[in-house]
Amino acid sequence: MTNSQRIVVDPITRIEGHLRIEAEMGEAGKIVRASAAGTSVRGVEVILSDRDPRDVWVHAQRICGGGCTVSHAVASIRAVEDALHVSVPHNAQLIRNLMIGTQFIHNHITHFYRRQVLDWVDLLSALKADPKATAQLAENISHWPKSSPGYFADTQKKIKGFIESGQLGIFANGFWGHPAYQLPPELNLLVVAHYLEAIAWQRDVVKLHTIFGGKNPHPNFVMGGVPCAINLSGEDATAVNMAGLQIVQDMIHQMQAFVEQVYLPDTLAIAGFYKDWAARGEGIGNFLCFGDMPTKEAGTQDSFFFPQGIILNRDISTIHPIDLKNATEIQEFVAHSWYKYSVGDGHGLHPYEGETNLHYTGPKPPYEYLDVNAKYSWIKSPRWQGKPVEVGPLARVLMLYAKGHEPTKEIVHDTLEKLSFGLDAFFSTLGRTVARALESKLLAEEMQHWFGALMINIHAGNLRTFQRDQWDPSTWPQETRGVGFTESPRGALAHWVVIQEGRIANYQTVASGTWNAGPRDTTGQSGACEAALQHNHTVADPKQPIEILRTVHSFDPCITCAAH
Amino acid sequence: MENREIEPLESSMVHGVSRRTFLQYCATLASLMALPSSAGVAFSKALSSVSRPPVIWLSFQDCGGCTESLIRSNVPTLEDLLFNSLSLEYHQAFQISAGIATEAARKDVVQKNWGKYLLIVDGSIPMKEEGVYSTTAGVSHYDLLMEMAKGAAAVIAMGTCAVSGGLSRAYPNPTGATAISRLIKDKPVINLPGCPPIPVVMTGVLIYYLTFGAFPELDALGRPKAFYGETVHDRCYRRPFYEQGKFAKSFDDEGARQGWCLFELGCKGHITHNACSTKKWNGAVSFPIESGHGCLGCSEPGFLDTGSFYRALSLPEKPIGHAVNALMAGAMVGGSMFMTNRGFKMVAAHTHLPSCVADLEKESGG
Repeated sequence: MTNSQRIVVDPITRIEGHLRIEAEMGEAGKIVRASAAGTSVRGVEVILSDRDPRDVWVHAQRICGGGCTVSHAVASIRAVEDALHVSVPHNAQLIRNLMIGTQFIHNHITHFYRRQVLDWVDLLSALKADPKATAQLAENISHWPKSSPGYFADTQKKIKGFIESGQLGIFANGFWGHPAYQLPPELNLLVVAHYLEAIAWQRDVVKLHTIFGGKNPHPNFVMGGVPCAINLSGEDATAVNMAGLQIVQDMIHQMQAFVEQVYLPDTLAIAGFYKDWAARGEGIGNFLCFGDMPTKEAGTQDSFFFPQGIILNRDISTIHPIDLKNATEIQEFVAHSWYKYSVGDGHGLHPYEGETNLHYTGPKPPYEYLDVNAKYSWIKSPRWQGKPVEVGPLARVLMLYAKGHEPTKEIVHDTLEKLSFGLDAFFSTLGRTVARALESKLLAEEMQHWFGALMINIHAGNLRTFQRDQWDPSTWPQETRGVGFTESPRGALAHWVVIQEGRIANYQTVASGTWNAGPRDTTGQSGACEAALQHNHTVADPKQPIEILRTVHSFDPCITCAAH
Repeated sequence: MENREIEPLESSMVHGVSRRTFLQYCATLASLMALPSSAGVAFSKALSSVSRPPVIWLSFQDCGGCTESLIRSNVPTLEDLLFNSLSLEYHQAFQISAGIATEAARKDVVQKNWGKYLLIVDGSIPMKEEGVYSTTAGVSHYDLLMEMAKGAAAVIAMGTCAVSGGLSRAYPNPTGATAISRLIKDKPVINLPGCPPIPVVMTGVLIYYLTFGAFPELDALGRPKAFYGETVHDRCYRRPFYEQGKFAKSFDDEGARQGWCLFELGCKGHITHNACSTKKWNGAVSFPIESGHGCLGCSEPGFLDTGSFYRALSLPEKPIGHAVNALMAGAMVGGSMFMTNRGFKMVAAHTHLPSCVADLEKESGG
């Protein structure tokens, strides 16, 4: 393979972090091998060592300030709580659930409109749309009130003025007019209008995080519960008062409305024009969930909204159990990652024994190509019992479906019927994209239940949000360890901590992006994103690799998380 | 009788909002920055101009949070900024193209706007091992920063990582993460710390620069006084409880529920120069202290190495070795968590007359 047959896409744009794809091309523009490289690292696990376990959520949270700003804080705090046997009050579980749920829906909609949709929607074609026909289309697929011909004419005019100004900025060199764009002008215009609406929507709904966590990005948490005391009578004593809880309720309604009336209908309308993408980008066929959203005080798995487990080889008839503490199940490999293991780079290490020794062996910058047969990424390769897996919305929807969750079965069947697909269509670039929207709908409904349960507790006089029994280090064992897991919007996330004499002795993170965007392992098995790109992909124009973007974005890969 | 035609609706609109709403927004911005009403007029003129000034945003060792914070901006909104006030010429998190098309767009923009563009940087630059820890398109981020800074009119270091190294630079700083102001010496650099910065701090400084072609008045650490001139404690709504000696002792005790001072739970508001207690967050619905957690001090250099987020400042833990080093290093670049600097107090905040729409309508002839 000569380098001239290799397409390099660096930067992959519209993601968080720094990702590079090198795709080796075969006959007729077909991708035969893809290599995903995380090209930026901070060494956060090294930084987290020798710190106070109650503090580290602050550092860990800053692994990602985008779609996972809640997730790393929660995983970190739960790891320490697990190690110190802290049980969290019911109200704190519910408030954490509400914050995680908001993070999901906020991220999914932001990802879809800002980071993903212009892979499918041609901005220039939107200028050719008839606003009246667009309004008709809008009314056919949704009850969303912003659907008048005038509204779409205004949007069109705004875009036209922008383009005619000649200052295209971030839209410059877009792949407009590429034959891969297949939507009619009216649908393009409809979605472009929603692209703009989504920006306004997202800045409102994060107010839920601000009420409970004081700010977004990077809202606050605390080991043992949540930091926000509740006081309904004291007018302005704390943010969690009557007015604050009313904002929370409003935000839940706003999330529900936008998911049901904009995001989901848009996704299905777009999917109807790209059915060939339901047979492309499958990836691995193994799907892992750590599970999350405990609805009982004990936080036990039987009360999770998202179940835990693993599906192998697309076989949804069996959910295999997983054990995050079992040394032989989850291991990280560095055969193709720029790290050095004391036991040799051919071995896998369970995160309790994990090591983070940065050791760059790639070409000296500036370089044109990576040596993808050697080490080529700052992301490690996590494996479950040696197998690569995919994590994220598709894994969760499949898990809920496999568990027989009725609302999931219903929405999955509805969707398949609308698109005339079989269940197999989910194992694809398109399936991953649709699953994200379905999950948002399911979660938006669930959030109302959590909020209802919180309000029942409050009205019954239960204001407990924090548990301080294990706050004092004198109560801690000399040595202990724990794992904290969560579902982040992008997929399963866990942090493992080893605590010795009151300080962090070892800290390891395996993030959603590590699973999805990691490199090949010791035996040459590709990571999920690599495998998806190797499944039935041709690139029509190497200078405009829109096909690569579609599949990479279908994972919503977070590389600041993945490499950390 | 004067022959005046009824003005069509379109021409009374600026950027698709009514002129009055637009002026209101300019006035609000001026007021938020403690500027006289004439600034609001200048804003309104600059923002109505036909050509939008070029802005380039680069992300290095970042977490994405600074970009997200920009997107949360209410005054002005991101849509306003993008469509009306500036031309965001390059930002990887938004860029529609990818790979070589993006690289070509970046080079093209630099060439076309040489000497004119404002460069915004978030994230730190790893200087160990010749920068192999962070690259884009095979180029080290140090080289990319220097290439892009060369043609810039001025540079904004956005967020604590760019300003003082942030998370990457926390002990033991495995990648040699370095602040932007230590690397760029021949251009004006403004520091907007915060993890992330408050949106209006970002947009206020942006609009100010685009209007006046210069940065607003800065303190000794290169931060705009309008936003970093006071500590979080100075204007905290819980300060009366501090004066009364009423402190929450736990996160859900009676004191916490009554909104008492969080000093004993480790609040760093006393030594943190930022505008959280006045501007608040996300449509001003709350800020960290109002939601029960002490200030983490996230806009101060070295805030991740201070020993404990939950220990009261009056009883500082004897800092462990690396914290001392980090603090010393922080002090060397000009700041320290344990230095309150009341000299930075901004007089204008107490004395300025807030501008109002009427002023602007009068002065701009609107």
